[in-house]
Amino acid sequence: MGLAFALLGAASAALFAGIGSAIGTGRAGQAAAGVLTEDPSLFSKVLILQLLPGTQGIYGLLIAFIALSNIGVMGGTAPTSLGQGLAYFFACLPMAGVGLLSAMQQSNAAVACIGLVAKKPDQFGKAMILPAMVETYAILALLISILAINGVAALG
Amino acid sequence: MAVLPMKRVMILGMKKDRKAILESLQRLQSVEIEKNPAVSADDPVFSCADTSEPRALFDKNATLASNALETLNKYSPEKTSLADSLNGRKVLSKNEYEANVSRRDAILETAKRINQLEKEIVDATAEIPRTETQIEALTPWTKMDLPLDFKGTKKSRAFIGSFPGPMDEATIVSTIEGADPDIAGLDVSVISSSDDITCVMIVCLKKDADAVEEALRRMNFARAPVSSAVPADEIKRLQAHANEERANIEKYKSQIAGYADSRKDLKFIIDYFTMRYEKYEILSKLTLSKRTFILKGWIPAGDTASLEKVMSRFEDCIVEFRDCSESDDSPVLLQNNGFSAPVEGVVENYSLPGRGEIDPTVPVSCFYYILFGMMLSDAGYGLIMALGCGILLSKYKQMEAGLKKSLTMFFYCGLGTMLSGVLFGSYFGDLPTVVAKTFFGIDFTIPCWINPLESPLQMLLLSFCIGIVHLFAGLALLLYTDIKNGKFADALYDVVFWYMLVGGLITYGITQPIVYGIVGLTAPVGNETSAQIGAIVACIGAIGIILTGGRESRNPVKRLLKGLYALYGVTNYLSDLLSYSRLLALGLATSVISQVFNQLASMTAVGTGFIGVILFIVIAVVGHSLNFAINALGAYVHSNRLTFVEFFGKFFNGGGRKFLPFSMNTKYIKVKEEI
Repeated sequence: MGLAFALLGAASAALFAGIGSAIGTGRAGQAAAGVLTEDPSLFSKVLILQLLPGTQGIYGLLIAFIALSNIGVMGGTAPTSLGQGLAYFFACLPMAGVGLLSAMQQSNAAVACIGLVAKKPDQFGKAMILPAMVETYAILALLISILAINGVAALG
Repeated sequence: MAVLPMKRVMILGMKKDRKAILESLQRLQSVEIEKNPAVSADDPVFSCADTSEPRALFDKNATLASNALETLNKYSPEKTSLADSLNGRKVLSKNEYEANVSRRDAILETAKRINQLEKEIVDATAEIPRTETQIEALTPWTKMDLPLDFKGTKKSRAFIGSFPGPMDEATIVSTIEGADPDIAGLDVSVISSSDDITCVMIVCLKKDADAVEEALRRMNFARAPVSSAVPADEIKRLQAHANEERANIEKYKSQIAGYADSRKDLKFIIDYFTMRYEKYEILSKLTLSKRTFILKGWIPAGDTASLEKVMSRFEDCIVEFRDCSESDDSPVLLQNNGFSAPVEGVVENYSLPGRGEIDPTVPVSCFYYILFGMMLSDAGYGLIMALGCGILLSKYKQMEAGLKKSLTMFFYCGLGTMLSGVLFGSYFGDLPTVVAKTFFGIDFTIPCWINPLESPLQMLLLSFCIGIVHLFAGLALLLYTDIKNGKFADALYDVVFWYMLVGGLITYGITQPIVYGIVGLTAPVGNETSAQIGAIVACIGAIGIILTGGRESRNPVKRLLKGLYALYGVTNYLSDLLSYSRLLALGLATSVISQVFNQLASMTAVGTGFIGVILFIVIAVVGHSLNFAINALGAYVHSNRLTFVEFFGKFFNGGGRKFLPFSMNTKYIKVKEEI
């Protein structure tokens, strides 16, 4: 039972953050394609902006992997009690939730910035920073999830 | 670290020399020309030249030539390699340039010819489907051996046309005769009949013509397409026509491709007319008298000598320099050493230093390479980056300045990445360990300073320490700027008090279990005394901030409230500091994902012998390329963020205007001024 919950945590980190990133890069990709119809030379710039909401999926993968390697699926020891399994589950939650929502919100910023780059390609530097602001919260969630999983694992 | 000092320059010259002088300035590329104040129309001495007409012409020619180049590239694609784009624009000597200029009319003719051919191709391409539609309309009539516009003989009348849907001769005859019993002697022959259409020829006596026509109208009879030839012949003719057009298109295409040798020339005149356009734009900015002109602008102080040398070639030309005054909106040009200059682009992306501000490039560069390195944090990736950029840089010396700067920046970032990879024990993740274990059965761990995976809290502490240094360096630069501008009071209020508050709080904090516990330390740093000193210093700083934070307000209550609000800004330091946790998070992301790929590779490779080795290599190469790309992007974006938000937030506002010298804004060629 404990293992099942721990696995649920790992899976939801990869699942929700992945869904968020998929939606995010998808939206940004549509906007980017629209810009390219007007000016194909902006490809590298809009590509970078499209990729920005994609990192949450990677962070989710990261948490899932750290969790899997601690709960006996890919190494480590399986959680013995229900409580311990739940602890792993909760440790994964920040990444799952924040990953999903921040990727979607970041894609809104990325779409707007793709529009900015279409009109003023020389403002690319600023356009890149605005979506990166949203990502800060995904990074904070990632950090808490990492620390929490490590903490739970250390408790034994 | 320097914002280059600028000088105002004024050139007085004879009107007859103005084009030559402007051309020299354009090639020298170190003078920014200012638009002279508007001259009123009734000014007795001065006037401005209106150059909109020649400019429109140059613009038209440049567009014409670039259309031709586009067409040429379509039918005879240019063989470009990465090397070409790395080599930068082609450099022409002044003689080559003059030689090309003398051929400009011929080149323009070529461009027109190419555009004409392209138009012919477009016309012919449109003609083919039109012909095909005609053929299609005639196809049901193929069996007809009379021309379709056959009207009848002396005594008879012929109706040639079609009914919608299938019909046979008997039905047609009976329907027509049913409509008017007077009609006699009808001859109906069905040429072709299908589900959609029945083509017929109906012959009747001339006297019955009107009655038959009326009956036919009611049966939805439609006349055949008009053609004076027998349908089979006409179809043949149309097919021949379509084939001829097809052949023509091929012919035109090959003719255009035959101009491939003119590509160089086309590129040249695109740039040539663009340059002339820009020159005439500048011409309109000059103040003219009957025989002289005045040009005003800015020049970096270091380039004055070379400008004087160039101008000395012209007789009756006076060049005058003076220092910029406070009221001048002088443009900003940065100059830095080879280590820091590459980061100028990053600074420029934010904003150039405004008036009285220092050039932050050198401190930015010192931290930038380290921050980038910590976020990518892999010796293998760093080595690839540094090697790749280094090889490109040494191989292509002619590279455009912007590209060269970026590559140099990533070269140093690669070095930073290598350094942190060694410190934190990551070489393509744990590739050496995995290879040793999978293929040689050896167990070993790579020695490192901190292993971020095993002791993330230590790594977090290190990230925060780097953050504190970065933030305090930002404050130090504010201190330097204030002192340089003689604002000693501001330096005390805005910098020293904050140092005391934040520094004191940290000193106090790390003696408290709740704080050092968070970052994973087991014992307090410092003792009772240091805690007391820290607390006292922080209090002095806080009081100082409360008293001075709202110093621009005269009302004492308002002032105190503003001071309290300024003190609240200490929470910003907390969030700024937490922001540096991304150093740990992104560093971990790189190493964990590379470990995932290594593990995947080793799982497929275990016990499969030689094929396993190949599988291992394929998975590792693909996986690491992906990981490298996504994390290098992340490291770049977040290094910029830490620089723009956390670091610049402490001292830098920007707002400077970029120095844009009058130069050759060309795409394909460069002309060197021989000085």
